[in-house]
Amino acid sequence: MSEYIIKNGHVFDPVQGIKGDKKDISIKDGKIVDKVGSGAKVIDASGKTVMAGAVEIHAHIAGPKVNLGRIYRPEDKLFSCTPTKGMERMGGGASIPTTFKTGYEYAKMGYTTAMEAAMPPMFSRHVHEEIRDTPIIDEGAFPVFGNNWFVLEYLKNQEIENTAAYIAWMLRVTKGYAVKVVNPGGTEAWAWGLNCLTVNDPVPYFDITPAEIVSGLIDANEYLGLPHSMHIHPNNLGNPGCYETTLDTLKLAEGKKAKNKFGRDSVMHLTHSQFHSYKGTNWGDFESGAKEVTDYVNKNKNITIDTGNVTLDETTTMTADGPFEHHLTGLNHLKWANCDVELETAAGVVPYIYSPSISVCAIQWAIGLEIPLMMKDPMRCYITTDHPNAGPFTRYPRVIKWLMSKKARDTQINAFKHKDKVLSQTSIGSLDKELSLYELAQMTRAGPAKTLGLGAMCGGLKPGMDADVAVYNFNPDKPVADPDDIEKAFSRCAAVFKSGVQVVSNGEIIATGHKRTLWVNAKVNDNPQVIRDINEKFIKYYSMTQANYEALGHHFVPNPFALEVDATTQV
Amino acid sequence: METVTITLKNAPALFLEADNVSPDVFAGKTAAQIAELHVHEGNTTSPLGKYFEVSGSAGTTAADTKIVVKGDVKKVKYLGFKMSAGEMVIESSADQYVGAWMTGGKLLAKGSVGAFAATAMKNGELTIEGNAGNYLGAAYRGDWRGMSGGKILVKGNAGSDIGMYMLGGEIVVNGNADVHVMTHAEGGKTIVKGSTKSKLGGQMVEGTIIVFGAIETMMPGFKPNGEVELEVEGTKAKFAHFIGDTGERHKKKKGVVVYGNLYKKI
Amino acid sequence: MTKTITDVICPFCGTLCDDVEVVVSDDGKKLLEVANACVIGTEKFLHSQAADRVTRPRMHQEDGTWKEVSYDDAVEYTAQMLAKAKKPLMYGWSSTNCEAQSVGNEIAEISRACCDNTAAVCHGTTLIAVQDIGLPTCTLGEVKNRADRVIFWGCNPAHAHPRHMSRYSIFPRGFFTGKGQMSRKLIVVDPRVTDTAKMADVHLQLEQGKDYELLNALRVAFKGEWLPDVVAGIPAEKIREAADMMKSGRFGIIFFGMGVTQSLSKNHNIDEAIAVTKDLNEYTKFSIMPMRGHYNVTGSGEVFAWQFGFPYSVDLTRGFARYNPGDTSSIDLLTRGEVDAMFTIGSDPGAHFPISAVKPIANMPSVCIDPHLTPTSGVSKLHVPVAFNGVETGGNCYRMDNVPIDCRKVVEPPEGMLTDEQFLIKVRDRLKQLKGAA
Repeated sequence: MSEYIIKNGHVFDPVQGIKGDKKDISIKDGKIVDKVGSGAKVIDASGKTVMAGAVEIHAHIAGPKVNLGRIYRPEDKLFSCTPTKGMERMGGGASIPTTFKTGYEYAKMGYTTAMEAAMPPMFSRHVHEEIRDTPIIDEGAFPVFGNNWFVLEYLKNQEIENTAAYIAWMLRVTKGYAVKVVNPGGTEAWAWGLNCLTVNDPVPYFDITPAEIVSGLIDANEYLGLPHSMHIHPNNLGNPGCYETTLDTLKLAEGKKAKNKFGRDSVMHLTHSQFHSYKGTNWGDFESGAKEVTDYVNKNKNITIDTGNVTLDETTTMTADGPFEHHLTGLNHLKWANCDVELETAAGVVPYIYSPSISVCAIQWAIGLEIPLMMKDPMRCYITTDHPNAGPFTRYPRVIKWLMSKKARDTQINAFKHKDKVLSQTSIGSLDKELSLYELAQMTRAGPAKTLGLGAMCGGLKPGMDADVAVYNFNPDKPVADPDDIEKAFSRCAAVFKSGVQVVSNGEIIATGHKRTLWVNAKVNDNPQVIRDINEKFIKYYSMTQANYEALGHHFVPNPFALEVDATTQV
Repeated sequence: METVTITLKNAPALFLEADNVSPDVFAGKTAAQIAELHVHEGNTTSPLGKYFEVSGSAGTTAADTKIVVKGDVKKVKYLGFKMSAGEMVIESSADQYVGAWMTGGKLLAKGSVGAFAATAMKNGELTIEGNAGNYLGAAYRGDWRGMSGGKILVKGNAGSDIGMYMLGGEIVVNGNADVHVMTHAEGGKTIVKGSTKSKLGGQMVEGTIIVFGAIETMMPGFKPNGEVELEVEGTKAKFAHFIGDTGERHKKKKGVVVYGNLYKKI
Repeated sequence: MTKTITDVICPFCGTLCDDVEVVVSDDGKKLLEVANACVIGTEKFLHSQAADRVTRPRMHQEDGTWKEVSYDDAVEYTAQMLAKAKKPLMYGWSSTNCEAQSVGNEIAEISRACCDNTAAVCHGTTLIAVQDIGLPTCTLGEVKNRADRVIFWGCNPAHAHPRHMSRYSIFPRGFFTGKGQMSRKLIVVDPRVTDTAKMADVHLQLEQGKDYELLNALRVAFKGEWLPDVVAGIPAEKIREAADMMKSGRFGIIFFGMGVTQSLSKNHNIDEAIAVTKDLNEYTKFSIMPMRGHYNVTGSGEVFAWQFGFPYSVDLTRGFARYNPGDTSSIDLLTRGEVDAMFTIGSDPGAHFPISAVKPIANMPSVCIDPHLTPTSGVSKLHVPVAFNGVETGGNCYRMDNVPIDCRKVVEPPEGMLTDEQFLIKVRDRLKQLKGAA
């Protein structure tokens, strides 16, 4: 295996507390090492910024609703496709890139690990086919549990051990990574055209509340000691006043402690928090609830969040929050796709244009930036766009520009048609903070890796960790002449390494490496009850057989990497 | 106005994609430079000069440039693609995408044109002396934003699916039109002086359809709304007025529901 | 001695039944019996055992006879054909697995071809409609567990998807539908009195070519607006009754097929049917689902989409993907004389395309990958038989509701036969050499 030395770069590594010192980073046999021989290939990083490869904690990049988005939006690819070129397969899709393009674009920006945010378990084969066809980056996928019939029945009876056994089974048969919860209870209600908009609305027939579902899944997650915490998209997304539902949801984590061997401290991850931080009573008096939400999260240290930044693009919304998408098409009258999945979940897709001339969109943009600027601990707040919901992930460099430069924010604010409203309904105008490179590394590498339970493996440059390294054409010693230079620098890396293989050089793909599919193998005590329940539901209610559900052959997951969890010692 | 004349001399074995034949691309170039522009035959790329003889020279801007296309261009697609200004005359029949995505200028097709002419037109004038194929002035697949401005005149007949997802602008067909006129439209006007078949104004939110000849089958979503005198294209006549599509969503302006309007000459 | 293989997936239609049982000889070389499949599926398995099966590639000679050639010869002909063609068409893909489809995509990209699947003559118009208006749908288990209103519009599952009604849509007793077919009301819309129509609670026997008008009338009826006395041959009163029956259910589903996708208006019929479904969601819960024909046409659409961005009729001739049925679709390409080489796999355009699209195939270099002798193989220059996918080789397939199911291999193919995937890999590797690619 090759040896490399990345010389003389300004290193930002929160895992080792390195804040911009000039250091050499040595790579050997796929890992970061203390030193390498004189024959090592030299990458000159003088005047450049060096960080670990970035970790995407939440994006919709692989699976049935992503592909439904591709199928039903040919206009997303009109005049914007990229041709086959050298190593690269052809690509297309402005808001929903094809799988090859997804891998290349992430890698070119220095991302080396990404999590598919919501996997409908019945469709796990589809998710894994797309993951397999996404080059370079390691990926995992989160199966959804918050509307699953088994979970609803077990938690109604407060059977945590059974819930845990079911989760372990599900993670194994779907090669899943974590416990994802989307609109708990509300998506099952949606199968009848209904919803749960507060944490106390009971689910039709199953008669359990979202609060009970969330609380029970946190407990089951900690019972198992999974690498990641329960990851939640709360009820009432996107409605003015929803911040109250968000606080009710966050409160469910009070008193709960993380139990795991992976270094994770949190028990709840609130995702795309921008969409859940709205005050006001209607679109007319709509205002930011970012302060209320970040105040709470700042004080409650067992919670992590990601932002969900609006990028002001034409994009495509897609989520397992089926009723929300139906609501959205009622507002913007754009084409609506929906799929209810038996016993498990649903998904909806609707295009959306975040126009700078619309005050609501401008306020959403501001809220997405207020949140990371108001969060005190960058290790607990991660940058996302909930791709493609608030914007395409290819806009991360632009989001970084806004966070690192008040001038860039002001330029955008002055360009809004309803600038006055943005300033009156949010506090974005008064936030002077500019993110430092160290904080950026915390929010895009070390933080998400730790919360995902991957903190020993990636997100940092400590010897022994995977050699996932990104080198940016950004000189921390030079003052920034034009904020757009920040966006440019973070768009295309000078060099990127994935597991010790150089995959990007001068912004171009030069190799694709051997990507891995990360999944969690949790062992639990034998549970005949759960096995019997699974057998029974397959015979009576599923539309496919259990044997066919469970068959996930090698060709779907050609290079698996299992994080092992032993929950059998639980009493 | 400077004129460039391109004459097809070597017919392609398959079809040609001539998306570079527009005043915008020719502007500022000599005949020799124009002959070097790319055309595509399947997966091969060649200079324009391989198939066309080029003479004359372009103006400095698109607005100053006129293109005359001669020879048998029945197998040439994309003539006038994305043009924003200037003029173009196609002396005989052409294939698909004539004037597709045009945003200005004047395009005259002396023969007939194939499908997808004037896709998503934003402005300009397109005149077709022969017949127009299907999807005249329609939106691209999946796009809810169709033709939004400009004027199309077809002296012959038009095919099916004219003005799909139309938002603005005007289409006039002197002859007949096939099924599906202004499906899903949210604005704009289509006038058919000949006859039509069926499925006019299906799923229409807003917009105007005027038919002088017959309508074989009316959509049930179009409700009779009396009669009205109109002057259309210089002709004054009485028209039966229908509003619809009553099955579709509609906006309200000042508390009053705004329907699409269909007028059929009595 | 024999062994019984359970949970076998039937590789014929979009119903993709996965409860089939197959009895094979102990050495795995002979397929003996099939249980649980319908008549069509049973035959799909059993006919693989035909004694007179063609097991090696054959080249069409000048005098019309066929001469056996080796797989290597076939690879060479195919790769050369694709390397030289200016605009080859690679069509079909619907009766093979996703793994083969993926290799096919690589080949299409390298040779800068047009690629298309059988949606071009089937539910392609559905895809156009979905692109214009969206798609509220669900998995078949949701129908089984919740549906109390079932509509078959322009399709005849009794003949075309024989086990659909017993596995999913009419007869099963699901979680919320314990009374089975008694829980459900069936509306059939079809100009013919089909065997499916005979089962209906309401049969709307509409005039041919007027589905768009009738669907529009339903939407008008939902809103309580004025209707003419008769629409599409159906009295307004019956239309309003049908509208009320739909609204009064608690979970409805519209299944539809060629009766609307390939009759006058095509995609507009589906567009308006989806609009009907969307409207009904203001009153109750309703979904709509296409009755996909070939067992993996859905899979081909999925693989095209995640790799190229479009579900069918994909033009790669410029080195990047473009899409516009009418321009990039197979029948138009063939009838207009736009292509100069034809590669067919997992389909039978010779039988299903208009004759004006089939004739050109006889006059160009052409390859047909198919275990059978078909009108397509008959008109092609090279015929390459392969193992039956889903019988003699496994691989992933997508059901009509987009659920992926991994088909199984239940019996060995005849000695020395290749699978689609194996043949395509050889073609790809040879093509890369010819094109000098990395």
